[in-house]
Amino acid sequence: MIRKAMDGNMAAAEGARLARVQVVAAYPITPQTPIVEHLASLIAKGRLAARYINVESEHSALCAVIGASLVGARVFTATASAGLALMHEVTGVAAGCRLPIVMPIVNRALPSPWSLWCDHSDSMGERDQGWIQFYAENSQEVLDLVILAYRLAEDKRILLPVNICLDGFFLSHTTEAVLVPEQGEVDAFLPPYCGQNLILDPQEPLAVNVLTGPEIFTEIKYQQKQAMDRVFPVMEEIGLEFARRFGRFYPPFSAEFCEDAEVILVTMGTMSGVARYVVKGLREQGKRVGLLKLRVFRPFPGKEISRVLRKAKAVAVIDRSAGLGSLGPLSLEIKGALYTSGLDEAPMVRSYIAGLGGRDITEETIGQVIEDTFGTLGNPRDEYASKWIDLRKEEC
Amino acid sequence: MASVSKKTSEKDYLCKGLTTCEGCGMELIARKMLQILGPNTIILTPPSCSAILTGISRETGWRVPAFMSNLESVGAYASGIRVGLEVLGRNDIHVVGFAGDGGTVDIGLQALSGAIERGHRFIYVCYDNEAYMNTGIQRSGATTLGAWTTTTPGGKTNQRKDVARMLLAQGIPYLATASVGYINDFANKINKAKSVDGPSYIHVHTPCSTGWRFPAERTIEVARMAVQTGMWVLYEAEEGKVRITRKIRSFKPVEEYLRLQKRFSGITEQVLQELKDYIREGYEFLQEREEKSGK
Ligand SMILES: Cc1ncc(C[n+]2csc(CCOP(=O)(O)OP(=O)(O)O)c2C)c(N)n1
Ligand code: SF4
Ligand SMILES: [Mg+2]
Repeated sequence: MIRKAMDGNMAAAEGARLARVQVVAAYPITPQTPIVEHLASLIAKGRLAARYINVESEHSALCAVIGASLVGARVFTATASAGLALMHEVTGVAAGCRLPIVMPIVNRALPSPWSLWCDHSDSMGERDQGWIQFYAENSQEVLDLVILAYRLAEDKRILLPVNICLDGFFLSHTTEAVLVPEQGEVDAFLPPYCGQNLILDPQEPLAVNVLTGPEIFTEIKYQQKQAMDRVFPVMEEIGLEFARRFGRFYPPFSAEFCEDAEVILVTMGTMSGVARYVVKGLREQGKRVGLLKLRVFRPFPGKEISRVLRKAKAVAVIDRSAGLGSLGPLSLEIKGALYTSGLDEAPMVRSYIAGLGGRDITEETIGQVIEDTFGTLGNPRDEYASKWIDLRKEEC
Repeated sequence: MASVSKKTSEKDYLCKGLTTCEGCGMELIARKMLQILGPNTIILTPPSCSAILTGISRETGWRVPAFMSNLESVGAYASGIRVGLEVLGRNDIHVVGFAGDGGTVDIGLQALSGAIERGHRFIYVCYDNEAYMNTGIQRSGATTLGAWTTTTPGGKTNQRKDVARMLLAQGIPYLATASVGYINDFANKINKAKSVDGPSYIHVHTPCSTGWRFPAERTIEVARMAVQTGMWVLYEAEEGKVRITRKIRSFKPVEEYLRLQKRFSGITEQVLQELKDYIREGYEFLQEREEKSGK
């Protein structure tokens, strides 16, 4: 293992290189572009034995990797924002055909208005398409998760595509020290891909993805659901092996200072680093506040999360997407998890919207969320609303 | 029907008893195409009447591997499959897109053009029934001027988009037009496409009795009349060198073609004239290209 300085994009590309992907098809979009440039360069220099398909759109990028995956190649693509929205039609095809595609999403707000900067509205739009979704906090996690993702996606019990969501610029363009495993170590963990499920092969002709009637459509969807249900146990098994080999373990979420917390903050992505810093500071002042950082959003670890959260008096969820017409999507998931946990009294769940279109989630923002939530303790409110905590009211 | 091959020794890789309409030109083309390409073929069909061949639920018409693609992305899937096969060292397989005119000249044009630019080896066969038939006869970019469809109830007001000509301009190793009415000509062209080391495109005129409103037994007659009146010209272009494969010395009057189909029953004098101009211009263009190619 060697220590190298790299940003999130480079980590994603290096993860793909170490996973020995065989076909890459991608279309450039800020802030994802460096990933595909780096891979194109690795392939051109012969440092990665793969083929790069220069497609003419993101829709075609995903179709091309679906095609290559359908004949048994290990494939990679990456996108963001409008590119992901363009792919939407075929993200469902990738999942429905049970193809182990790994695709980082470098989170960027969806238009309109146009923004180059981070929020989670793009990946949230894909949340029910049948992909596993990881949210990474740092470059190390990005690199490790790409490797883990292939192992998980290709496991016969799973066969689902995986998104690794990384915050645009905050993570994609921020350089940090990363431990890069040796190729041999990765090879030992991730054997070559051998497609065995839906394979287009004249030796054994199959018609794949055909028009499907109501008598069997539900069952095919149910099989996808069953695979989703198997993700956590399989991920633990694979994750433990990864930890044995590489010394890093990636559970679906991590709970810090939650044991005796009155208020638990729930975060995803890079905001978690700031949140951790603020929570630690408040703990030192004796405030009973905890942090639950979610790493896997799909499948949603509702049961396990509710076990942690139920002990708190209130839960503050920060969503980095607007959830227009409802509450922040993560807060809805948390509410759902707590409501079905069978508790007589569930903690109050507060929905906060922050960090849209690249706005910084600062110590101050996090501090306000926590303070606001503490303010509601013993003061229950009859409301169903999100609080836009970092709003510049003078502009509205 | 004289030109339909009688060689029954050719093995069929498309089942019988499919639910296409009686007299479907598209089905005939698909069957012939696979007889020539043989079993080492992966076929892609987008949503369209060709999807009927790919099947429903547990049934499929193909005896070769098939993938039901999206309407706009046959070209992209073909690229991915070809490159995937190449990295796995499997170079003996034909990758074939079999798409309708709507999936080709409208929504799928970008992906097709991209795949051709990339030079990937695949055969793209567009069967042209001149409308979105599977969704119930709506206009496509390939619909002939003046034709009735459910979305051009007063007759189409624009000339058809000639995508074969567009691709000729783009540059492609092998390109051809064909017709279900001249099946041996089509077979020759598939045979050529088979050995091209790069993309090939074959645009086949396949009259559709359901959508064009003519009796099912007249598919071949209508197809032939299109060629004999110059509404459809059979040619090929190898590395851009054009050769008209069925030369017409004197065109039959286009009215003879139009009269066979109810979709043209409301046509005006002006439209008729525009169609005649279209025929002349189209044929002259090809003759010129052919002349230049000869030199
Ligand atoms: C993205 C998308 N838009 C619309 C459709 C609906 N649709 C299915 S088949 C079809 C018509 C296709 O026409 P064509 O390619 O000419 O084939 P044909 O039906 O005539 O055989 C359309 C519009 C679809 N499946 N996908
Ligand atoms: S509508 Fe036309 S193209 Fe479609 S199956 Fe019927 S005859 Fe064939
Ligand atoms: Mg059509």
